[in-house]
Amino acid sequence: MHIDLTDQYQHRESLIHHLDPRVKVVVTLFFILVVGLVRHGSWIAFGALFLGVLGYAAASRLGMFYAVRRSFIAIPFLLAAAPLPFIIPGPTLISFPALNLTISEPGTIRFVSIMLRSFIAVQAGILLAATTPFPDLVWAMCSLRIPRPLVAVIAFMYRYIFVLADEVIRLMRARAARSPEIPGKGKPSLLWRGRVTGSMVGSLFLRSLDRSERVYGAMASRGYDGEMRTYSTFQMRGADWISLIVFSLLILGSLSLMFLR
Amino acid sequence: MHHTLDIQDLHFSYPDGRVALRGVSLFINPGEKTALVGPNGSGKSTLLLHLNGILRGEGEVHVCGKELTDDSLRQIRALVGLVFQDPDDQLFSQSVYEDVAFGPLYMGLPKEELEQRVRQALEDVGMAGSETRVPHHLSEGEKKRVAIATVLSMDPEVLVLDEPTAGLDPRGRRELIQLLRGLPQTMLVATHDMRMVAELFERTVIIDEGQVVGDGQTAQILAEPHLLARHGLEAP
Amino acid sequence: MLFSPTPLHIPDGFLSIGVSVVGWILAVVFIGIALRQTKDQLGERQVPLMGVIAAFIFAAQAINFPVAAGTSGHLLGGTLAAIVLGPWAGTLVMTAVIAVQALLFQDGGLLAMGWNIMNMGVITTFTGYAVYMLVIRFLGPTTRSRLIGGFVGAWLSVIVSASAAAIQLAISGTSPLHLGLPAMAGVHAIIGLGEAIITVGAIGLLQASRPEVLTTGETAPGKRTATFTLVGLLVALAVAAFSPLASARPDGLEFIAELQGFLGLAQGPSFELMPDYTLPFLSDPVLTTMLAVAVGTLVVFGLAWLIARSSVHRGTVRD
Ligand SMILES: Nc1ncnc2c1ncn2[C@@H]1O[C@H](COP(=O)(O)OP(=O)(O)OP(=O)(O)O)[C@@H](O)[C@H]1O
Ligand SMILES: [Mg+2]
Repeated sequence: MHIDLTDQYQHRESLIHHLDPRVKVVVTLFFILVVGLVRHGSWIAFGALFLGVLGYAAASRLGMFYAVRRSFIAIPFLLAAAPLPFIIPGPTLISFPALNLTISEPGTIRFVSIMLRSFIAVQAGILLAATTPFPDLVWAMCSLRIPRPLVAVIAFMYRYIFVLADEVIRLMRARAARSPEIPGKGKPSLLWRGRVTGSMVGSLFLRSLDRSERVYGAMASRGYDGEMRTYSTFQMRGADWISLIVFSLLILGSLSLMFLR
Repeated sequence: MHHTLDIQDLHFSYPDGRVALRGVSLFINPGEKTALVGPNGSGKSTLLLHLNGILRGEGEVHVCGKELTDDSLRQIRALVGLVFQDPDDQLFSQSVYEDVAFGPLYMGLPKEELEQRVRQALEDVGMAGSETRVPHHLSEGEKKRVAIATVLSMDPEVLVLDEPTAGLDPRGRRELIQLLRGLPQTMLVATHDMRMVAELFERTVIIDEGQVVGDGQTAQILAEPHLLARHGLEAP
Repeated sequence: MLFSPTPLHIPDGFLSIGVSVVGWILAVVFIGIALRQTKDQLGERQVPLMGVIAAFIFAAQAINFPVAAGTSGHLLGGTLAAIVLGPWAGTLVMTAVIAVQALLFQDGGLLAMGWNIMNMGVITTFTGYAVYMLVIRFLGPTTRSRLIGGFVGAWLSVIVSASAAAIQLAISGTSPLHLGLPAMAGVHAIIGLGEAIITVGAIGLLQASRPEVLTTGETAPGKRTATFTLVGLLVALAVAAFSPLASARPDGLEFIAELQGFLGLAQGPSFELMPDYTLPFLSDPVLTTMLAVAVGTLVVFGLAWLIARSSVHRGTVRD
């Protein structure tokens, strides 16, 4: 039984898939930064950035709305911003006298802007993951000077997610197989169920600890000395530099739109 | 004296006090393919882990004539290719290429030679062309073969394998036996697969409760049902 | 799917740029120290051990148990990681988990990752660990005190980091503190119970089968540093939370209104090119406060670290 966590990456033959992963990482971070800089209510700038995301998705041959369809992950968090339209003072948009509530215009602008920001930013993240295999992403982090041990920990984690996820599924299946529900008989208490879950977590931890020891052995026996070594994989080519510059200019252009009306 | 393994009076206890090896002595000749058999918990894996210093017990271990000490540790690790029982422990990188290149990378080989070694090792185990594959997506048999490639790429003098056929289907097992037969290295292989023992290894060592209790030509050992039965083994 | 988004992973868009940048600065400092500390603690095992344990935390977050009405309890894992590995290793392990969740699943933003690392990787591990060690110190290293310490530590760690998230959201002008703080703390007081129960179950199993694992965590380096850091952090958070409030009346409405004034957002849509427009993170008093607080934390922290280091040196000389 395997769990496929890699389906985040979608292989296509596109210019964007062939770019140096460092370009994609830098452009994505810059894009998200700019999305955060756009002032509330600058709808034109938000629109331009959203078009940018759609265009990027199309250029990656993922289909224009690829990221839109997957971008609803932030919705539960909108609850945190939900009170804004009611509590920020300003010209009233709608009022509910019966409930003693009013919806103000600046509050609404703020709320919608936050919603748009997270909506657009999350798509940029989705597109990065969809166009760049995770190992390339890891390599890019390494060559962008993120401390090597941290990157190595992330790479190891990614490798063993799969192995441990399989173990989790086996554990949960074994638990399910031994938790029959007999009609008329009471279920074990919540506390009990929680502690059983805890024991599963504990035994998974012990197995992981032992595994890490064996993995260390396998590394040591092949000469590992505590330093992570890598070899270069990608070279920045002309196309990479050009893409970097073009994307950055487009993003800056979109940002400048917020000064327009 | 080259390509030899020489173990003298090796004792080892785990930190929790469990005694795993009680005075193991063993000499393996150059190029000899030796099977290490014994019941569960008899100390096979523990013994193998001593051969390139992952575990360090009391007693002496010589590889290719060199004594294993703190100073010779790294050198000996380059001589002994140790393949762990679970290929998921052996294959810890994000791609087959990275994993096979790991050992050569730490040996400090130049890029061309490194690439050449990786290509050769993958070809030797019949996995050429799988460089970019993700270890997690390999079948069990493919994982085992790539795991062997990860040490072949270091061009070791001695191969030490822990249960290489465990968990393989008949075809995978057959292919693995062919592969081992073709390799020239001195070999010490821990296994429960008595059919493979009969087929592949000229010599068999029985270990039980941390001691060597039988050692000889495979044909002779397998012809002693009482010896085998006493140590929980069966002739194929 | 083998993961579930939790309300503690702040997505991008909810934190202002200034607040995000401060979060990243803090996170970078903590990660840097954690890297050095764990290198000393674990040596060559640093990478394989923490990598596999990070995968463990990720996988363990998927082990859930049904509570009621379609909700289920599951683990965040910061406290457990700190108890078994020590707080610095716990920080690093959680950082890897948060990074992969954000990069691969967009569970938590990239710009917001600095604070996500602080909330779930630093504040949880340090709170949980400090409480756990405190309980053991007072009740003695018995099974019972470990279970109590684990329970209280895990529960508090979730509440404290949820409160921290609420404060960051409030300072960003996203969520009013007088609603957000009680809501986040309240919800997480319940979610934290699941965390606490699972943590206790895990400690119970470790205590029964491999008790030495628990003592490794308890003797890991960084205990004193962790305590100082925790105190510094809590002070910093309190100051950050109440400094804008303290100047005005402690009323959320006023606070937000004032905040809008600060950020220059309450004015209607701008028609001209705004010649005096400055980037929000340069002329922002809230941010100035935050930066001051960050610097203060670093100073407190630096002191704590020096003290801890010198005492460690003395310790090794005596051995
Ligand atoms: N990490 C460990 N800590 C403590 N005891 C251990 C450890 N690993 C193995 N042992 C014990 O040492 C003894 C020898 O174990 P070993 O793994 O070498 O046996 P084995 O012959 O390889 O068994 P199998 O056929 O099951 O693989 C056993 O009693 C085992 O329980
Ligand atoms: Mg074994």
